[in-house]
Amino acid sequence: MTEAPLRILIVDDEAPARLRLRDLLGDLAASLPTEIIGMASNGVEALRMLDSVDADVVLTDIRMPMMDGVELARHLARLERPPALVFTTAYDEYAVSAFELAAADYLLKPVRAERLADALGRACKRMPTNDRALSVLAPGARQHFSVTERGRILLVPVADVLYLRAEQKYVTAITRAREFLLDESLVQIEHEFPERFVRIHRNCLVSRSAVAGVERDPDEVGDGHWFILVKGVSERLLVSRRQWPVVRQALRL
Amino acid sequence: MLPDFRNIGVVLRVLVLVNLLGLATVFVQHSTVAGLDDALLHMAGVLELPLFVSILILYLLQPRLSGLSSRLWRLVLLAIVASVVAAVWALATGGEEGLWRQIAWGLAACGVCMLYLDCRNQRFSPAVTEARLMALTARIRPHFLFNALNGVLGVIRSDPRRAERALEELAELFRALMRDNRNLVPLADEIRLCERYIEVEHLRLGERLQVVWLLDGCPRDALVPPLMLQPLLENAVYHGVESASGPSQVVVRARKRGGEIWLEVENPLGKDDERHHVGNRMAIANIRERLMLFFDLDARLDKDVRDGRYRVTIRLPYRSKQA
Repeated sequence: MTEAPLRILIVDDEAPARLRLRDLLGDLAASLPTEIIGMASNGVEALRMLDSVDADVVLTDIRMPMMDGVELARHLARLERPPALVFTTAYDEYAVSAFELAAADYLLKPVRAERLADALGRACKRMPTNDRALSVLAPGARQHFSVTERGRILLVPVADVLYLRAEQKYVTAITRAREFLLDESLVQIEHEFPERFVRIHRNCLVSRSAVAGVERDPDEVGDGHWFILVKGVSERLLVSRRQWPVVRQALRL
Repeated sequence: MLPDFRNIGVVLRVLVLVNLLGLATVFVQHSTVAGLDDALLHMAGVLELPLFVSILILYLLQPRLSGLSSRLWRLVLLAIVASVVAAVWALATGGEEGLWRQIAWGLAACGVCMLYLDCRNQRFSPAVTEARLMALTARIRPHFLFNALNGVLGVIRSDPRRAERALEELAELFRALMRDNRNLVPLADEIRLCERYIEVEHLRLGERLQVVWLLDGCPRDALVPPLMLQPLLENAVYHGVESASGPSQVVVRARKRGGEIWLEVENPLGKDDERHHVGNRMAIANIRERLMLFFDLDARLDKDVRDGRYRVTIRLPYRSKQA
């Protein structure tokens, strides 16, 4: 039985490192047919490539500008049928146990042909990694939220998000341009970005940098509710009584 | 070993120690508080002038003294102190009364200083210092080695000549790393080493790595600790260049300011990442300690951030092989 060649995407910010993997895959072609669907120099580029073509395996470096390998993996994990992932790294930056925890495979650079073949063999059988497990590896917070729309991954830069609102099962991220439905919980986001977002209500996080000011409801006498004014948005955001002292401290009011 | 009386650390230590001895003497003589301030003032009057004159003479005689045997320079030192104390005493009071007591105190203080500096020397004895220097000698990060090897493997088929050159540079780099790094080296050697390092990094980073060398106005024969600049460049590449997708500029600046050599490495501020700062801090602490071992308090390392650029500045006294 002849199988279709494995479709592979190579992601590394260093050109020689990409060439090396390409050469090795060429060497292995006789025993392990592969097709390189693209070579990207960072996570953002990789996701853009995956918009138009599918890959079975993504070989990705960890430390890259724009978007590192771990963040790339976390976005990929949101796909319905995520590609298998193999990290390549020059040095044991992470303990092996971290990779095992994240159920991710990795290769040490310089990569050797037989190791690469083994990893590709395993990759096809491996269960896809999940986002929660990958966050163990993440050196810091993500730079982007991701949304899957019609099988494509849409990136929303975290810096563009003005506020986040929880509605039933979903969280809506509001940017100046539009709204996005995220498949995450507010609590999770609050934990990941404690510096960026402040909780102002049970169902709302607001970006510190988006706050234009606060105002108190003029209609009520005495202890009226406080509202947050957001830059570039007409809607006012209600601050719950419970959160008000926290918000006041966080925004240094 | 003769203390270096031209080193500000040695001079400061002697000044503090002798003054402490003076204080102690006053406290021993006066068991009551009454009249203590007068006694202190009197002690300072008697003590400071001979002390400063002695140190000045030692500063001037340093090159001559360094040629003498251990026993001889100790005798010369004691003789200088005794005669300075006697001369100042004669000029100030003219009387013979108390002269011998003054001389005895001066000799005792001189002896204590020599003992203290000897002890310190022993603690930082050549063997101990060398061992510490060996341990501290900057090691190239494994990160760099494996990435460089991977880079060479990546171009070996498409551009064998480039791969060849990179391996040659790598060999030179490691030769420098493995050699005896306990002695100061001319700045020119250190710069050549840095150029080799940058050449290797160019292979994998290509256009992203841009280095500007501003070395005019600095004598290349200035002696510097070996492998001092290279780790700074490695930090600059790791934090300032690898974290950006576009071209980033690293500036290496060397100049002479008065009797000091100023060395600077500057890079764009990378994206904040705690884990990587640890490596940076370790490299900086390592260089600081080696500067201390080589130059005591005469050298310093500062780091600052200005206009989105991170900068490390090292100042050290200008010394050359000829001097």
